[in-house]
Amino acid sequence: MELFADAAFLARLQFTFVVIVHFIFVPLSIGMGLIMAINETRYYKSRDPKDAAITKFWAKIFTTTFAIGVATGITMEFSFGTNWADYSRFVADIFGAPLAAEALLAFFLESVFLGIVLLGRNKVSPKFYLVSTWLVWFGSCLSALWILIANSWMQTPAGAELSADGTKAVMTDFLAAAFNPSTLARYSHTVLAVLVVGGFTAIAIAAYYLRKDKHNHFVEKMIKTGTVVALVSTCCLLVSAHSSAVVVAEQQPAKLAMMEGHYEEGTLPLYAVGWVDTEEEEVIAPLSLPGFTSFLATGDFEAEYPGLNDIAEENSDIVVEELPVQAVFQNYHLMVAMFGLICVVLLVALFAAFGKKGGARKNKWAQRLLMISPLFPMLAIMAGWLTAELGRQPYVVYPSTSAGEGIELLTNNAISQSVTPAELILTLLLFAVVYVFIVFAYARLIRRFVKEGPEEVSEPEEEVTVNEAAETVVEATGDVAVLEGSQNSAATTEERQGE
Amino acid sequence: MTVLGIIWFCLIFVLIAGYFVLDGFDLGAGVLSPFVAKTDEEHAILHRSIGPVWDGNEVWLLTAGGALFAAFGAAYATTFSGFYLAIMLVLIGLIIRAISLEFGAHDPAWKKTWRILFFVGSLLPALLFGVAVGNVYAGIPMDANGDYIGIPLIGLVTPFTLLTGLLGLSLFLLLGASWLALKSPVGLAMQKRASDIRLAFVVISLLLFFAVSAYGHFIIQPEMDPALNILRWIFAGAFVAALLVAVWSDSRKQDLLTFLLACAAAVSLVGLWAASMFPNFVVAGAGDPLSLFATAASGENITIATAASSDLTLAWMLGITCVGMPLVLIYHVISYRVFRGRVEQQD
Ligand code: HDD
Ligand code: HEM
Ligand code: HEM
Repeated sequence: MELFADAAFLARLQFTFVVIVHFIFVPLSIGMGLIMAINETRYYKSRDPKDAAITKFWAKIFTTTFAIGVATGITMEFSFGTNWADYSRFVADIFGAPLAAEALLAFFLESVFLGIVLLGRNKVSPKFYLVSTWLVWFGSCLSALWILIANSWMQTPAGAELSADGTKAVMTDFLAAAFNPSTLARYSHTVLAVLVVGGFTAIAIAAYYLRKDKHNHFVEKMIKTGTVVALVSTCCLLVSAHSSAVVVAEQQPAKLAMMEGHYEEGTLPLYAVGWVDTEEEEVIAPLSLPGFTSFLATGDFEAEYPGLNDIAEENSDIVVEELPVQAVFQNYHLMVAMFGLICVVLLVALFAAFGKKGGARKNKWAQRLLMISPLFPMLAIMAGWLTAELGRQPYVVYPSTSAGEGIELLTNNAISQSVTPAELILTLLLFAVVYVFIVFAYARLIRRFVKEGPEEVSEPEEEVTVNEAAETVVEATGDVAVLEGSQNSAATTEERQGE
Repeated sequence: MTVLGIIWFCLIFVLIAGYFVLDGFDLGAGVLSPFVAKTDEEHAILHRSIGPVWDGNEVWLLTAGGALFAAFGAAYATTFSGFYLAIMLVLIGLIIRAISLEFGAHDPAWKKTWRILFFVGSLLPALLFGVAVGNVYAGIPMDANGDYIGIPLIGLVTPFTLLTGLLGLSLFLLLGASWLALKSPVGLAMQKRASDIRLAFVVISLLLFFAVSAYGHFIIQPEMDPALNILRWIFAGAFVAALLVAVWSDSRKQDLLTFLLACAAAVSLVGLWAASMFPNFVVAGAGDPLSLFATAASGENITIATAASSDLTLAWMLGITCVGMPLVLIYHVISYRVFRGRVEQQD
């Protein structure tokens, strides 16, 4: 119960809760955004109304997902001021700029063109519509870049020095701060990870229709698109995962030690699974390959790393018993294990997408596996974030190798002093109720969208006929300009109405 | 206080003005929705009139918040943590509103629930923004670290801040009604209802404006930079003039002109607020003397000089803004052009 009077604990709990909900929907929207844009490109070339139906299907799911991303993101944006006021005071000179840039350069782009994708099909030319779908996706990748710049700076601060009065960090070099040692590794690792989610989501819905034996066109196209996107992303992911690990080894020795349950100086073995015995300070694992993690990090089996006890000896902020070693170890290994499962799913998906008809496609177990497949990258993503964020405790601004003298902040010194534990509990409950409700409403809607499928999405009949009429014109003349012309005349009628 | 600090002081208020005008009309439309939209068709048209733009409008708030964080971190930290519960209510409002807007259209079974959430979610921010403005203007008790030390939430509600809250709400409603009158198809009952109530909000806004000004002048009596007196008179004059012309244009049923005049009034009000605050962001003090929960004055004002980030940061941000702002304006032109004219009845 003591914990519930501890403002720092409550603030962390609240942040963890809201950011996890945010990050369930972020990967879905970035991932699906790419699938939707690829499909719209196909439609632009094929002019097949069935492809248009697929885009429309994705657009509906996408906007529903995006809406939750937006709703939960607003909370995050302001939580630095509301819940982490002393953190904000310390880092504002560096940390605020990427947040402002994200809104200015990315959120506007995303939101304006999503409006067009959702409601503008008949108001803009097909080319403009196509460009809009890509711009939405581009915007979301740009937003990820800026927010990850901010996050990476907390992990591996650079380009900053302590102010003369010692109260805050002051920027000395913008580019060094933005492209600090972990930015690029973290950005590529995260974006590739969310694209795997997108690919698997397309595969999963296709597998569901396979099972129901309907919407053949959707199955045919989406299982291929999804598989290719996921395959390419997973291959690149392995490369970027390696560079993430290298950065951690160089910059955040305490985090590396927690990831491997490493208490005393020595070489790092590789475990597939294990349990950290925090009393005895050792890892219990059925199988361990001595020196392998050392090798992965440096290419040298003999490379020695300091253990948690060595680090604690030199740094009085770190108290070994209070570090979340078990959680970091388990999350890290869960992520790596999921990588294995993802490869298995990819193999099955490859057979289902490109193998002989029948075979993997008809197999009940293969279908079931593909239907639940998005869960695996999703779990890996959460585990990865928990590794990264828990692994930097007890610091919120981590004194990494790259950090300047004095650029560090303990999580406990980062909270808002004017906010009481009672207020935190109250708002945590409020968020819990609201978020549970919206996630429930979301699940209900998505279930219906998926049940209805891409064919039935045509809302008012009139719209479809307009579309089809326009398409026949295009087919007959092979000229897009005609379609644009007809839209212009529609626009003038509208204007006349407006007067 | 450097030149860059002053530029950023102005830019923050420009962003706030952009937010007030743009999200103003869709928040206002949300608060009005149960009163002007009676049929399913009217609800659908109301939603479609703001559907493609509401998120972009809300991004103005995010940009203003982010810019305040980056340029004047201490002001961001003090206000957001000091107004903690109020901000949380605003956030909850914005959340349920966003969800009801996007989900409601696809979900006839839960029609009622989504409409209520849309209304409540629009009302909370529309009312609370004005209350917050009243507080930073009248002054809040702070300690040396800049943390609010008054009573949570209740300490922020005083006769003065309630008045500023209502003035804000009234302008939101005016913007919302003007927008709906402008975008709904002619002949639709909602169009008539919206244009009929416009005038009431013009009058109420004027009355509240005089009440707030008198209250501020005679009872709160904050220190204001005398050099900006002229500027304050210009903004106040522009506010009153815009609304007076709006009375005329409303009687002529000039929907576009009335909407633009409402926007001009909103911008003038933000300008007046900025000119009254300069160079402060948050005034430290006892607040409203008529408040039931008045606390002793304490702390120091948060000003441009005490809160500004380093010139290097401000310069980089200015560079980013010079690239970003033109793009943002282009996006807005595209969006409002694509969706120009009245919403079609059978879309
Ligand atoms: C890797 C990507 C990523 C990460 C780590 C985060 N977000 Fe996010 N965020 C997005 C990727 C994203 C996005 C894909 O761009 C979203 C999701 C759906 C959407 O609307 O845009 C978004 C939406 C979104 C919005 C609403 C934008 C709008 O109204 O259009 C805000 C304010 C934030 N985010 C803020 C944050 C903050 C403060 C975070 C950190 C604590 C954060 N996000 C983590
Ligand atoms: C989106 C995926 C993310 C997840 C799942 C995540 C997860 C977490 C978790 C679990 C904590 C709590 C750690 C603890 O209590 O020990 C935390 C804290 C925090 N995170 Fe993240 N995080 C994410 C992204 C970000 C980003 C992008 C930023 C900044 C730009 C950020 C900034 C913070 C801050 C300021 C804290 C509070 C201080 C602390 O507890 O150490 N996080 N995050
Ligand atoms: C061989 C497999 C993998 C390795 C070696 C690996 C390595 C790492 C490391 C070392 C971190 C911590 C980075 C830091 O704290 O700075 C991390 C974080 C993360 N991982 Fe992985 N990873 C692997 C697979 C995956 C998979 C399959 C996914 C998801 C599909 C994933 C998603 C993430 C995410 C979202 C983060 C947090 C963001 C970040 O810090 O980069 N990882 N990973």
